[in-house]
Amino acid sequence: MKPIIRVMNVGKQYRIGSPQSSYLTLRESLTSRAAAPFRWLAGKRSSSDETFWALQEISFDVYPGEVVGIIGRNGAGKSTLLKLLSRITEPTTGKIELYGRIGSLLEVGTGFHPELSGRENIYLNGAILGMTRAEIAEKFDEIVAFAEMEKFVDTPVKHYSSGMYLRLAFAVAAHLEPEILIVDEVLAVGDVRFQRKCLDKMEGVSKEGRTVLFVSHNMPAVTRLCQRAILLDHGKLVDDDSAPRVVSSYLSSAAADSAGVREWPDLARSPGDEVVRLRAVRVRSEEGTITEAVDIRKPFLIEIEYDILRPGKRLSPVIICNNDEGICVFSSGGTSPDFLEIQDVGYTGRSVSTCRIPGDLLTEGALTVTVSINTIMDGNFTHALERDALRFQVVDSLNENSARGLYGGPMLGVVRPLLTWTNKPTRTSSDFLSPSADSGTAAR
Amino acid sequence: MTPTLLPGSLATRSDQTIMAQAELQKLPEKPVVTIQASKSHVALNLYELWAHRELLYFLIWRDVKIRYKQTLLGAAWAIIQPLLTMLIFTLIFSRVAKIDSNGIPYPVFAYAALLPWTFFANAITTSGNSIVGSAHLITKVYFPRPIIPIASVCAGLVDLAVAFPMLAVLMLYYHIDITMGALFLIPLVLLTILLAIAVGMWVSAINVRYRDVKFAMPFAVQIWMYVSPVAYPPSVVPAKWRTIYALNPFVGIIDGYRAALFGRAFDWKALAISLVVTVGLLAYASYQFRKMEKGFADII
Repeated sequence: MKPIIRVMNVGKQYRIGSPQSSYLTLRESLTSRAAAPFRWLAGKRSSSDETFWALQEISFDVYPGEVVGIIGRNGAGKSTLLKLLSRITEPTTGKIELYGRIGSLLEVGTGFHPELSGRENIYLNGAILGMTRAEIAEKFDEIVAFAEMEKFVDTPVKHYSSGMYLRLAFAVAAHLEPEILIVDEVLAVGDVRFQRKCLDKMEGVSKEGRTVLFVSHNMPAVTRLCQRAILLDHGKLVDDDSAPRVVSSYLSSAAADSAGVREWPDLARSPGDEVVRLRAVRVRSEEGTITEAVDIRKPFLIEIEYDILRPGKRLSPVIICNNDEGICVFSSGGTSPDFLEIQDVGYTGRSVSTCRIPGDLLTEGALTVTVSINTIMDGNFTHALERDALRFQVVDSLNENSARGLYGGPMLGVVRPLLTWTNKPTRTSSDFLSPSADSGTAAR
Repeated sequence: MTPTLLPGSLATRSDQTIMAQAELQKLPEKPVVTIQASKSHVALNLYELWAHRELLYFLIWRDVKIRYKQTLLGAAWAIIQPLLTMLIFTLIFSRVAKIDSNGIPYPVFAYAALLPWTFFANAITTSGNSIVGSAHLITKVYFPRPIIPIASVCAGLVDLAVAFPMLAVLMLYYHIDITMGALFLIPLVLLTILLAIAVGMWVSAINVRYRDVKFAMPFAVQIWMYVSPVAYPPSVVPAKWRTIYALNPFVGIIDGYRAALFGRAFDWKALAISLVVTVGLLAYASYQFRKMEKGFADII
C-alpha cells in the first residue's frame, strides 16, 4: 500500500535566542556587522551563530485513513513537526511528500476579524483554511447549526462571548474536508458539552477514511481517536506503534528519571515567564524525606518551589495528577482565601508552596504531576507550566489497615478512599428460612 | 484485568478497514505537495497565486470592509485626503511660488497627480505593514505569502475609484474636455498597481526583520513625493537631467495621467523607462521576498 504522507529524514534547525530578540533593528544589524571583523580578530564567533535542532532525522510514513497521534513533552518538537507539515516553515534537511490536499488546524479562528459579522467571518476563515467559496456556501447552514448560533450570525464577532467565538471558529474548522487533516490541541475549547461534540465530529472525520495527524496532551483523546501514535523526545522520533502502547510507555517514561524530584537549576531555561519561574517540584513523605513511592495509607506532600521575578501578581500554584491511562485523578490549586491572604504580592524571590494530600485517598499505581503557576485574581493567566513534571508511585504495603483490607486481588476505581462500612443484623436465619420471607431479596 | 475507563475506543479499528478505505481513495502518482528546503528564487509563483485567487479576493474584501469602520466620515476620506492636499498645494505652489502648470488650471493639474499618488502612498504604507500585521496568519496557516501585500494594495483601489469622480467634477468646473486619451488611464492604473505591489512586497518583507521600516516609511513617502512631479510639472527639471529624473518610475506615470486626462502628448520615453523600472523592481522585490519569506514564521 502506498503512503499518503512520506516524511523522509526531516530536520529543522533554529538559531538560539530568546523570541524577543529574534528580530533586529537595523542599527543592531549594522553595528554587529561592523563589529564582526573585530570579534573575528578576538577569536570569538558571533553568539547568534549558535543553533539547535528542533527536529532531527524524522522519518515515517502515514497510510490513507490512518489517524495518528503525535505525543511528547513540551519542547519535544511536536509543534515544529506540525509547522513543517502544514508548510508554515521549511525544513532544514530532508523532504516531505504529501499525496493529497492538506488542511491544518493549528489554532481555531485563524484570521477572524472582530469587526466582521459571524457570517462574514465564516467565509473569511473558510477561505484562509483553504475552502473554496462554493464549498463554504454549500456548508454554510451546517456550520451555523453546528455552532448553535443561528440568531447571532449577523452580529459582529466582537460582541460574542468567548465561548460563542470558539464554537463558531471550531464549527468552520470542523467542516474542512481535505484528504489530510492536521490538528493541534484544538479540542481544548469551549465547555465540556461542546468538547464532546468536537470529539464526536473528529471521530466521524476519521471514520470517513480521511487521514488525520493529531497532536495532543490529552491522552484519553489520543487513545480514543488514534490507532497509531508517534512519540517524540528532544526532536527525535523514539516510538511509533499502536496508540495505547505508545501512550502508556510515554506516561511511564515521562518522568521516570525524576526519582521524586525535578529541578531546574538554570533560571533562564526553567519553565515560566518574566513574572515567575518554576525551580523545583518534589514529592515528600509526611516526615519530609524526598521519595518517589508514597504509602497509600499516609499523607504526603507535593512541594513547588518557584522564583517570583516581578511583584504585584497574586500567584496561585496548581497541581494536576494524572494516572497511567491519562485520566486526571484530581487537581488542586492554592486558591483558598487563607492561602491568598498570606501571599504578599509585593514579594520577589524564592517561594515554596506545599500541598498536603491525605492518606487513604488515591489508588495504587503511578501518578504523573503537571504543575503550573497562574494568576487567578485579575483574569486567568498561566505564567509557568510544566506538563508531566514528575512521577511517583502510590504503594500499598498490603497490611490490612488500607482500604483493601485483607483482599489481595485487583480493585477498580481511580481513587481508593478508606470508607466506613457498617453491618447490622436485620433478620435472623430462622426468618428467611420461613416461607413468609421474600426469597428474592434474601438470596442476594 | 485492566478495566478500560476510556469511552468507545476507536483504537480497535482493524487494519482491514484501513486497507479498504485506501483502495477507495486513489492516490495520485506524484506528490501533490513536496516540502523541503526550497530552491526556487521567485516568490511570484503565478500558478499558485491563481490557485489562491479566492483567498486574495476575501482578503481584499476584508480590508475594504473594515477600512472605514468606526470612522465618522467613512469613505469620504478617500476624497478628503487628495482634495485637502490639492488645496494646500494650490496655495503654496500656485499662489506663493507661482509654479507654471503648463497652461492647465493648477487645482486640476495637482489633483490629477494626487489621485495616483495618494493611492500609491497609502498602498505602499499599508502593504509595507501588512506582513507584520498578519503575524497571526503567517504562524498558523500556509498560503502564498505575497497574497498579503498584494491584497493590501488592491484594497486601496476602492479609494481610488471613490476619488475619481471628484476629478471629473473639477474638470467640468474648469471646462476641460475629456478626450479618448482618457482610455490610457486603464494601463496607467495597472502600471501604478504593479509598482505599488513591487514596493509594498519588498518593504513588507524587510519590515519583518527590521521594524525600523515603520518609522522610516512616512519620511520615505514624503521625499518620494517631492522627487516626483506631483506638485510641479516635469518641465521644471533641466532637459539634460530629464532621463535620469525619469528613472523614478513615478515620473512617467504621473506625466502619463496628465497627458491622458488633458489630451496632451505622451512622453513615451519616460513611460517606457517607468515600465522597465517597474518590471525590474517587481522581479527584484519578488526575489528578495522569496529569500526572506522562509524566515517569516520563525522571526515574526
